[in-house]
Amino acid sequence: MSLRVMIAKPGLDGHDRGAKVLARALRDAGMEVIYTGIRRTPSEIAEAAVEEDVDVLGLNCLSGAHMSLFPKVIEELKARGADDIIIIASGIIPEEDSEKLKALGIREVFGPGSSVKEIVDFIKSLDKSRNG
Amino acid sequence: MGLEEELSEWNKSIKAKERKPLNTSGLEIKRLYTPLDLKEFDYLKSLGFPGKHPYTRGVYPTMYRTRPWTMRQYAGFGTAKETNERYKYLLSQGQTGLSVAFDLPTQVGIDSDDELALGEVGKVGVAIDSIEDMETLFDEIDLSKISTSMTINAPATVLLAMYITVGEKKGIDRKALNGTVQNDILKEYIARGTYIYPPVPSMRLTTDLITYCSTEVPKWHAISISGYHMREAGATAAQEIAFTLADGITYCEEVMKRGIGIDDFAPNLSFFFASHSNFFEEVAKFRAARRMWAEIVKNRFNAKEERSCALKFHTQTGGVTLTAQQPENNIVRVALQALAAVLGGTQSLHTNSFDEALALPSERSVNIALRTQQLIAYESGVCDTVDPLGGSYYIEWLTDSLEEKAWKYIDEIDRMGGMMKAVDNGYVQREIANSAYEYQLKVENKEHIIVGVNEFKNDEKVNMELLKVDEAVERAQVEKLKRLRDRRDKSRVEESLRTLEKKCESDENLMPYVLECVKSYATLGEICGAMKKVFGEYRPPEVF
Repeated sequence: MSLRVMIAKPGLDGHDRGAKVLARALRDAGMEVIYTGIRRTPSEIAEAAVEEDVDVLGLNCLSGAHMSLFPKVIEELKARGADDIIIIASGIIPEEDSEKLKALGIREVFGPGSSVKEIVDFIKSLDKSRNG
Repeated sequence: MGLEEELSEWNKSIKAKERKPLNTSGLEIKRLYTPLDLKEFDYLKSLGFPGKHPYTRGVYPTMYRTRPWTMRQYAGFGTAKETNERYKYLLSQGQTGLSVAFDLPTQVGIDSDDELALGEVGKVGVAIDSIEDMETLFDEIDLSKISTSMTINAPATVLLAMYITVGEKKGIDRKALNGTVQNDILKEYIARGTYIYPPVPSMRLTTDLITYCSTEVPKWHAISISGYHMREAGATAAQEIAFTLADGITYCEEVMKRGIGIDDFAPNLSFFFASHSNFFEEVAKFRAARRMWAEIVKNRFNAKEERSCALKFHTQTGGVTLTAQQPENNIVRVALQALAAVLGGTQSLHTNSFDEALALPSERSVNIALRTQQLIAYESGVCDTVDPLGGSYYIEWLTDSLEEKAWKYIDEIDRMGGMMKAVDNGYVQREIANSAYEYQLKVENKEHIIVGVNEFKNDEKVNMELLKVDEAVERAQVEKLKRLRDRRDKSRVEESLRTLEKKCESDENLMPYVLECVKSYATLGEICGAMKKVFGEYRPPEVF
């Protein structure tokens, strides 16, 4: 079965060029992809991720609100007993925040300058470890 | 032998291998351009004189020989006090106009203490909750001398009302105020995302503001019809022209439905474009947009006055072209993009700072960005004559070709029944997303080179001072708001909000009622909340 991935935009940030390009690249790489659209709350995202039964949840935020929003998504997933969903994150995220987010359980953080290929390859590698 | 034969001989004689480049709009660029590429060219019809129809060469007869463009850096972060200090710094460094960046809660019409504002307060711009913040923002700045641009859309009526009120408190008549509100809601549904209400009431607010300004704030640009964000979202140069002008057509139609003549408001329209990296394509884009708008206003809307037909615009260099890798390279990118905007005849310009792929700009980086404009204006000599690239075979061919491509999109949108329909059925969003994806594929397979990203890379670690907005800003802003709510005359606030809500159900222009709310110290969130009760909220269609 192919990997199910959800790309989500928590918060008020409306810039989703990157999110859409990534969603399409993942689909072209053979994954099933759901994109939430912009301006979703952490609870809406957690709810959708559970409902769609995704393997991977990709959070993106360019507004600088990631330290408030991403931990909330993690909490909301835990509250739904869905902490098996692998979370990755991207956006304008400084290195020090990236370390903190990883400590909270986010598997990988892709900051500014990351390439689409890098992210697609990373998610593919998750698929292998899942099947292995 | 004539030129045609000579050229054909010359082309045949060339054996060298060469690239066959395409520009962003998909036009194949030839080896050489000659008079043969301008067969339809008629100087007076195609170009004319600066300040005269069709304005291809510029909207003013003397352009930068009289004065350079307005240097206007988009700025705002943290509290109104911090941002006010940045404005004063920029003005002390020779900036000639202000441009306000609001934070996202302000842009979507909620207060800093709203649950949805969590983590966003003061992050991408300044937090404004009430007239109190707005007074601080413009403290010690003479609004009768400076023009101010405000990037505000869904709640534009509220922020303009706050600006007018701050002006009044400083003893400046609204008729003397000069500036712009973006007030372009259509592109928010397409690309930028800071909508509040559904399209129909949103258009009413947009036109209320335009109508109000046409008599009450006559020097104000009541809308800045923006291609910038569509370009940033992935549109090509040709799509940027087409979608922006198609939005412009819709706004004109909406205002004219109110019985207002084109010549009564068209001179107060303004535009906003991006300047990206393909130098000549960008120069030609600005020229083509001017010529097309002149044609639209004159022939589609039958304007009688020449000045109605002049497309005046602001430019910002391309945010998406900035790289996180080797960030100093961005200084050069920005300089080239700024030069293209100037050679394209811009009225005002924002140059991005080199650290903006990583954070909001620091004082040092924004200083370099401003100096870039000053260098172009005062050292390069490009301001010495009007439209110096006019008449270049390549530039004129490119201007014609981009125009032709852009008309095709506009025709397609007309066939669909206009821009509201084309946005509603997702056509515009799809076109932009497709262009963004195609571009990304070209970058990934190195068909398109980006220095420091997919070629000429190094492993240099980026090490520089970045601006960081303190989390304490949010707490301080929430505290300040609480004090205001405790202090103000509650019955006056409630009364003004009730009246506004009632007027939302009528056809009356809402601006006077919004002004009364602002003066009563109602907050932005309360004012937009009152409108939401009648207008409802927009929920975007699920994508995928």
